This record gives sequence, structure tokens and C-alpha cells, in this order.
Amino acid sequence: MNKSIIGAREDFPILKVKVHEHDLVYLDNAATTQKPQVVIDAITNYYKTINSNIHRGNHTLSMLATEAHEKARQNIANYINVAHPYEVIFTRGTTESINLVAFSFGEAFVKPGDEIIVSQLEHHSNFVPWQLMCQRKGGVLKMIPFDDNGDLDLAVFKEMLSERTRLVAVNHISNSLGTINPLPDIIAMAHAAGAAVLVDAAQSVHHIEHDVRALDADFYAFSSHKMYGPTGIGVLYGKESWLEKLPPYQSGGEMIDSVSLEHTTYNQLPFKFEAGTPHIEGPIGLSTAIDYLKEFDSLQLRAYEEDLLDYGVERLTSIPGLTLYGNPKKRSSILPFNIQGIQHYDLGSLLDAFGIAVRTGQHCTQPIMDRLGIPGNVRASLALYNSKADIDALIDGIMRARKILRK
Amino acid sequence: MKTIKELQQEIINDFSFLDSWDEKYTYLIELGDSMPPMDPANKTEANLVKGCQSSVWFSLRCEDGRVYLEADSDSLIVRGITAILTTIVSGQCAQDLLTLDVQFLDEIGLWKHLSSQRNNGVMAMLGHLKSFVSEHCTLPDY
Repeated sequence: MNKSIIGAREDFPILKVKVHEHDLVYLDNAATTQKPQVVIDAITNYYKTINSNIHRGNHTLSMLATEAHEKARQNIANYINVAHPYEVIFTRGTTESINLVAFSFGEAFVKPGDEIIVSQLEHHSNFVPWQLMCQRKGGVLKMIPFDDNGDLDLAVFKEMLSERTRLVAVNHISNSLGTINPLPDIIAMAHAAGAAVLVDAAQSVHHIEHDVRALDADFYAFSSHKMYGPTGIGVLYGKESWLEKLPPYQSGGEMIDSVSLEHTTYNQLPFKFEAGTPHIEGPIGLSTAIDYLKEFDSLQLRAYEEDLLDYGVERLTSIPGLTLYGNPKKRSSILPFNIQGIQHYDLGSLLDAFGIAVRTGQHCTQPIMDRLGIPGNVRASLALYNSKADIDALIDGIMRARKILRK
Repeated sequence: MKTIKELQQEIINDFSFLDSWDEKYTYLIELGDSMPPMDPANKTEANLVKGCQSSVWFSLRCEDGRVYLEADSDSLIVRGITAILTTIVSGQCAQDLLTLDVQFLDEIGLWKHLSSQRNNGVMAMLGHLKSFVSEHCTLPDY
């Protein structure tokens, strides 16, 4: 028997807090999601019962902590359908996962004149690491443009690919427009040109398809905190064949095999990429968030979120003077908008006063804002605990704010 | 000339007569509206306050040890805040502004912790003001 989505809100204690004496309406889920009680309990219990350093002690607590940490890795590997759990590397988050690949892949494979392709829909964290690496290695960074609807132009992408293309880095869902990118096509085209593909799955792993083997992604990066897990922990999946060829990113304890003045050899995967004492309770919390997500029927959950998004689009676009940005073929969970004559920061500030949390600004996507020709916008983003009542509260808040802000 | 403390207390008093949150915001926006428009020639890169989500311009000058501020923003709320700062800052002695704090903004009932958050636009404005004063105003040596 699957868990019902109706009432899931009750699992998230923070949703009961009051903000400026209003019930909290939390619509900033693309920035971070709230945590269910089971995740909070898992982290607390770790510290109450088994806290110890892992992978080395031979005392009981250390062995229990090691087992919990590695069981979490296995559970996360199963969730994204990875062949071997050692292809799951723990990082601080999507940003660090991408930086790891940009550094290590760049060192191993990028020579002057080689090309890296990103898209115009990328978050700065899937843009700047590649730019820095290209500057360091003499590579050339190219950008797939998006069209007026917010869809990537695959014809341009096809022309861009060449025998110099080493890697293509794209997100699955744009954090700024909500576009679901056609990854199967992009990955097939990149592979046909002999290029590797890194997928930024920060916005997608908990909303849509997350089977990395079906996608055939070479690298796949995501953060725990955007999928109901704790902050400070993320995942880099890499195909074993790639990970074996990449040099280490950081060095220290845990990642070495033998060390002498003349030569150091590295530990096996995944430890080669996990220098230092890890964020032990992080994977345990993330694994618990995954167990929580698995209590729902995934198709029902997706249908619920799609229905909520459609309702949001319908209600927002009925407001006169409101521009909803992007009209992609497929959109997920993200509603970016502006109201004519109202500055986005002003609208966000007034919504906050009504207890409605949204994000305002550029959402770490300046290339998108430049393409849209706007300084920023208001972004409402949805999670499984949101309901149509939250959308209604947003609409009411916008109407009230508009009265104050429009002269 | 009223002191900075007196001016801050007046602003707190003005806001205290407004009961609802809507009225306070409306009043703040009116304060911004009542400010004379800034000369577009003064909206230069150097006068743009760095670190704000909206665009904020501060045009500052020193005359006989006193500081004068003209300000503008594309945000109505921020323009209201700059109007308050203009009232408090303009005509004051340069050395008094070096120790200016904005704790009084927390007492007008719109924000709870504006002055304690390091990373926000008001702090950026305060920093911009203080670096102008220390670089461009003649301060007494004592």
C-alpha cells in the first residue's frame, strides 16, 4: 500500500511554523526543500547511537557507523540504478560534484583547442567550473542557445559537436525556467560524436526520470538538500570506466593506498575521490529521504506534481500584466514570473510579509536573464507537500501586493 | 540641525502610528515617492551600491565637513529605505556617520533582523556611505 500524497504535508514539521503571523507557504523548493521528520530522526539517531569515525576503527561503533554509511551508498546507488555502488561518490553537493569532474576530467583529457559544450540554461555552477577549466587547459567553451520558448536548440547543438568535443554538460531540468531537457537525444548525439556527458540532476532527481543507466549518462550530479535530505551532502555518479581514468581531485586521508616520500598510490573507488573524514550522517539522512520518497507511488507522485504545476500556470497566467517566463515543451515544478511595472524584489518582499516564501533575483543564471532581457524575476517552485491551496495563497498574495506596489 | 539619534527616533515614532503591516509598507513607499528624483547624470557605475539585489545609487558629497546624500533605486521598497537614510544622513557631520548603525530600522516593524544580517542591501549601503566618508571627507584630527 503506497503512502498518500494528500496529508504528506504533516510529515514536515517546519511547515507548521508561522512567518509574520501567517501560516508558512513554502514555494522556494528549487533552492532547497524541507525535511520530513524521518530524515531529522535518522540524523539525530545517528548521533545518539552510533557516531564514530568510519572505515578504520575496529571497535563496535565504528563498524556500525561504517555499515550505516555504506548501506546508505548502496540504497542511493539502487535509487539511481547504478551498476556498482562504488560508482557513487559522496561530495558536498552538485556544485562540488561538477567541480570534481571539471578538474579531474580537464587534467586527464582536455588539451588546447579541445571543446566543452554547456547550455544557455545552466546554473552558474554548471558553467563557471567549465569556463575556469577551459582557461586553465586552453579549451574552448561553447554554449547551446535556447529558443523563445525556453527549449534548447538541438540543431545548433548538432552543428557544434565535432571531433574536438570532449564533454557536454547540461542539466536535466533548468532551475530558472523549469525546462525538462531532452536528455536521451542530447546524450545520444554527444556519444555519437565521441564526447562524454555530465548531467546536472539537482532539480530533476526527485521529480522525474532518475535511472542513470537508462539515460546512459557518463557523469550524474545531484544534491541531497533539494530532495528532502540534509544539506552538505551530494552525489557524483560516474561510470567506472571514466572514474578509473580520472586523477584525484582532493588528497588526504581515506583516499590513499600507500604513501612515501617518492610515491603515493591511491585507494580504490569510491575512496580515491573521498579525501578526509566524510560527512557521515549526510548519506544516512539522504538514504532516509530516498526511503521516504519510495513510500509514494512514483507515477502518482509525478502526476500530482504535474497537476499542481498546470494549476499554477493556469492561475498565474490569468493575472493581467503577468509574464510567465518560458513555454517549453515539457516543464517541471518551476514558475518564473514578473508583473509589469513591479520590481521583482518588491514583490518578493511583500509576499514574504504574507508568509509566502519565493525566490527573487537571477537564480544563479545570468545568461538566461540576459537572453530574456530582464534584471531578474520572481520564482515559485513546487514540492510534493505543496497543494492548490498554496498556489491560491500565492495568487492572493500577488493581488494584495499589487495594490500596494502599483500606483 | 537634529541629531542622528533624534531623527531615528522620529522615524520610529512615525511608523508606530501605523497599525497594519500594509499601512507601514504603503508609508515606506510614499517616503520614497516624496524624495526628489535623482539627476540621471549621477546614476554612474561609481555611484551604484554593490551587493544589492535591486539597483541602488548613492550620490554623496562633502561640504565643510558635512555630508549630503541623494539616492535612488528601481525598487519602491528600497527607494523608501534610501529616503529614510537620506533624511538621517544629509547635513550630518562626517565623523558622526562613521559610527552610524541602522538598528533603528528593526524598530519600525517591517523587518525583525534587518540590521543583524551581514549580507544584505542595507549593510551594503552603509558600507558604501562609510567608505565614501573616510575617503572623501576631511575629518578632524583628534
